[in-house]
Amino acid sequence: MTVSVASAVERTAAVEAAVQPVLAVKNIEVIYNHVILVLRGVSLEVPQGKIVALLGGNGAGKSTTLKSISTLLGSERGAVTKGSIEFRGQRTDQLTPGELVGMGLVQVMEGRHCFGHLTAEENLITGAYARSISRSQLREELDRIYAYFPRLKVRRSSLAGYTSGGEQQMIAIGRAMMAKPNMLLLDEPSMGLAPQIVAEIFEIVRDLNQKEGVSILLAEQNTNVALKFADYGYILESGRIMMDGPAKALADNKDVKEFYLGMSSEGRKSFRDIKSYRRRKRWV
Amino acid sequence: MLDFWFFLEVLVGGLLSGTMYALVALGFVLIYKASSVFNFAQGAMVFFAVLSFVGFMELGLPFWAALPVTVGLMILVGMGTERFVLRPLVNQSEDTLLMATIGLAFVIEGVAQLAWGVDVRRLDLGIRDEPINWVMDKTGMLVSQLDVTAAAVAGIMVAALALLFSHTKVGRGLRAVADDHAAALSIGIPLKHIWMLVWATAGVVALVAGMLWGARSGVQFALVWVALKALPVLIIGGFTSVPGVILAGLIVGAVEKLGEVFIGPFFGGGIEGWAPYMLAVLFLLIRPEGLFGEKIIRRV
Repeated sequence: MTVSVASAVERTAAVEAAVQPVLAVKNIEVIYNHVILVLRGVSLEVPQGKIVALLGGNGAGKSTTLKSISTLLGSERGAVTKGSIEFRGQRTDQLTPGELVGMGLVQVMEGRHCFGHLTAEENLITGAYARSISRSQLREELDRIYAYFPRLKVRRSSLAGYTSGGEQQMIAIGRAMMAKPNMLLLDEPSMGLAPQIVAEIFEIVRDLNQKEGVSILLAEQNTNVALKFADYGYILESGRIMMDGPAKALADNKDVKEFYLGMSSEGRKSFRDIKSYRRRKRWV
Repeated sequence: MLDFWFFLEVLVGGLLSGTMYALVALGFVLIYKASSVFNFAQGAMVFFAVLSFVGFMELGLPFWAALPVTVGLMILVGMGTERFVLRPLVNQSEDTLLMATIGLAFVIEGVAQLAWGVDVRRLDLGIRDEPINWVMDKTGMLVSQLDVTAAAVAGIMVAALALLFSHTKVGRGLRAVADDHAAALSIGIPLKHIWMLVWATAGVVALVAGMLWGARSGVQFALVWVALKALPVLIIGGFTSVPGVILAGLIVGAVEKLGEVFIGPFFGGGIEGWAPYMLAVLFLLIRPEGLFGEKIIRRV
């Protein structure tokens, strides 16, 4: 069923690099409210220190996958009913989100979810809540985050609720980084932001990945940008992984181009034709 | 005409009783801040706390022993509420939580009377509801000892809680939880501990409020309705502000007493009961978030 665009050589290389993936999701099924089947057998791996993109349209199950990993699903009446999720070799199904944060897995939720009535700096400080660190260490950590997000340093004493969407996204990512994570789950960081801000945020994310060595699993609708920054990608549709491969291979794939990047074999469609453009074929 | 000392006496009396309202309202604010729910059970907790305290004293415990035992009991009530009421309702709407606290109120009222009976008890704190002599000698004003003590106790509690909110890690966590449960969970703030702490603190505040009210008007079921007195205070001060409810408590106390004495005669008296509510309605029209309530921040 799954279409893989990775060649055999790339595959073995990928396997070798991923001897011990930091995150391994194996064939999970998720059901909400005991009746609504959202994920049907999703498997994916995130190798240490890589950026992996999880792509797909609305309702494909991207957020659900991330929430199953971070176990935030439990508070939304969803449950993983089959399969397993392992973070650094340990099964996560019995852990609480707080315990996972302690182990180094932090999710940045879709829609940013800043603490609106706390200042930007207080938001960042709460990120370190689960760690017991001294005042001076906290100061150092804050400076470290401000080095990545210089804008936040300027807005440090503004209430987060009054900052711009881009700044809120930065606060949310910076706050997660304050927990000193090993791995970040980013849910739609581009949501509702201007392309310029999206690029700025993705540059910072790449920076964090390279300098701090954080592995990143990124759920995105913005396929174009995500594939530019990711190492590997999975495409999710109706709760199934339809395709996976190195980001470059995915970006060059004919189907991906047509389905997700709005390009057909005749090249980019002109704006005039978009209305009548229909998918000519589907995987399912 | 208008006697200055008499005016001052009414004002001081009003302000002092206002601190008692503020103390009750404080319990609401604590819980509203952390779980964004209007805790209908606060009145029941006031009643339960002081009834248990008196009950323990009747069992033969001295004052200094009954106090920590009751504090411990209220902490248990707080923890139980977190475990059995709030935890199963994480991420549910505020309406659902509100309904849950209404249910909780009935349970607590029932358990209190089941355990300790329905008799009206007297509570003697050793401070009498009598005028302080030297104030009377100097100025001719009648200022109750009990009122002054109550105000002092309320003041200390409020100062301590205000510091807790703004300057400690736990306080920051608490405000974070109040803003966004899900986000707080996602960065590893232990909701459980925060809620337990808050409900336990609200329980202790309820105990103090109950003791002061109980000492004045007897320990009886009517204490449950003390919570209603806190409603205008909350509306005027803002549901989320500790300093707000203090100021509002003072305003309500003063308006009540001054209104009764100076405006009451025009209405044939008895305006003490409804004047605060009228004021609250005015506030709802003009400044719905209250004096110091958090502005509703909503980006469009």
